[in-house]
Amino acid sequence: MTFSERKESSKEKNLQSNSCKDCSRRDFLKLFPLLAGTALCMHAQQSEASEPTKTKARIVIAGAGAAGLAAAAQLAKRLDGAEIVLCDARKEHYYQPGFTLVAAGLKPPGYTVSATADYIPPGVKWIPESIVEFDPAGNRVVTDKGQIVRYDFLIVATGLKLDFAGITGMDPALIGKNGLGCVYAGPDAAYATWKAISDFADKGGVGLFGRPKTEMKCAGAPIKHTFITDDHLRRRGNRGKAEIIYAAHNKTLFSIPIVSEKVRMLYEDRGVDIRHEHVLTAIDPARRRATFATPTGNAEIGYDFINVIPPMRAPDVVRKSPLAWRDGPFAADGWMEVDKGTLRHKRFANVFGVGDVAGVPKGKTAASVKWQVPVAVDHLVATIAGTTPELIYTGYTSCPLITRLGRAMLVEFDYKDNLVPSFPGVIAPLEELWITWVMKTIALKPTYIAMLRGKA
Amino acid sequence: MKALDPMVFYAVLVEMMGPWLFWSLILLTAFGLGTFAWVIFREKGLSSRRLVRCELIGVAGGFGALWLMAYVTVSGFTDAGGPVDWLLIGLIWGGGLVGTTILSYASFGLRDRFRWQKRIRTDEKTWPGG
Repeated sequence: MTFSERKESSKEKNLQSNSCKDCSRRDFLKLFPLLAGTALCMHAQQSEASEPTKTKARIVIAGAGAAGLAAAAQLAKRLDGAEIVLCDARKEHYYQPGFTLVAAGLKPPGYTVSATADYIPPGVKWIPESIVEFDPAGNRVVTDKGQIVRYDFLIVATGLKLDFAGITGMDPALIGKNGLGCVYAGPDAAYATWKAISDFADKGGVGLFGRPKTEMKCAGAPIKHTFITDDHLRRRGNRGKAEIIYAAHNKTLFSIPIVSEKVRMLYEDRGVDIRHEHVLTAIDPARRRATFATPTGNAEIGYDFINVIPPMRAPDVVRKSPLAWRDGPFAADGWMEVDKGTLRHKRFANVFGVGDVAGVPKGKTAASVKWQVPVAVDHLVATIAGTTPELIYTGYTSCPLITRLGRAMLVEFDYKDNLVPSFPGVIAPLEELWITWVMKTIALKPTYIAMLRGKA
Repeated sequence: MKALDPMVFYAVLVEMMGPWLFWSLILLTAFGLGTFAWVIFREKGLSSRRLVRCELIGVAGGFGALWLMAYVTVSGFTDAGGPVDWLLIGLIWGGGLVGTTILSYASFGLRDRFRWQKRIRTDEKTWPGG
């Protein structure tokens, strides 16, 4: 039986299990591990075999970001004899959840930067080249240096593309100048954004926040920075000099209705002016004016500070490959066509997609990676071993939604828009708490790093 | 495996503190507890006078733990927003109090023990016929 045939036989079975078994572990005692900063660990669902599976399979992982490195670490643990190849030209690894803290003026840019090489597991080969072509029919990828890498299994973890060109007039080189911020564009951009926020907090004026209409990573980040900027203004006694506007791309503020309503209430409390159905299409950095597409035509808003969040799409190499969705809501931006429960490609059975590039309804966060990777690895290993995979990804993700400096709400949810709190009765998901801030500031990064090493 | 893996907590704590600080704290804890037990054993009970003195130091230790937590989280205790926050603050303060009390009791116990032994040796030398 080939790998593909074995996969097909297991695919029908794997939807039978469900990770709701986690529910039984929700009790008060979870509070104590929380102090060690391991909220992400509470939904632990590793399915590691006691003995590694022997195989000669060749597995290529495209992308050495959070998802790629975590997948490499878990595969290296669970397989014996496999040839695991990681392809990515990036030498630096960014702890992206830390960009928020950098842009809040709480951490230096270096807090988010480390070396990819530090996380390559023993036995995994790293090809420091970018993939420029996916050929899933031929079971091979091609790198930017012309190297053809063949595989039995492929895990695509390329991340996503910040499409700055999608906003007319936007130039990443201008971040930090003329009140232009962009938290997402990297450590230096996050720091430059902090400088712009600090300047705005000193002088006041109009602060403009919002999000794109595309899928995006960490949809809470634009909201967090609205609150953070509001708090900096208040701490400097300048809130009265400032108007804060949040331009929502649709009629909600967050994809989870109950969270959206909570954010609306908090915005009202903090005096944030909400403009619904405003999609940023152009900016004029020199004149500090932003243009939005609205149902009634274009609207122009002047600003003193703007946090630009560009449209996000699958990288071109995925978008233009056979791996992308061909129809449906994820097709336009080229997200990868995977089953939302198994992360397995719907047409190429030996291909998986994890992390930001996966075309699934929710979850472009590190927490999503934490729960997606074990599922994809479990299904891949089960295919090799000819066994039935155990895990299903329920869409679980989490967001420590900062609502002011020193407090955050721990928002955890799934595909069904259900809140799935890890600490019910102890940490209320919609309550602004210091304990959640503590987790965000000291616990999430070590948990993330442990995840990269395959230890969490 | 659906159960919580203690190795995950170990891995996260090591990443959080770094291996040197983590193992130093483990050794310090072991030293404090071991010495505390040894002192109680050798003295055949708790010295109430020393304990009260160490508890007062422990109170300061509790506040020190709170200060440390505020420093590393770039926040303050006015940020407490709900009962669980006050519970956490209590746990941090209590942890600092208990830890400092045990460590100081063990340290004072060791010091007193050495002083007592030194005095015995000195007395033996100065005793007539000694």
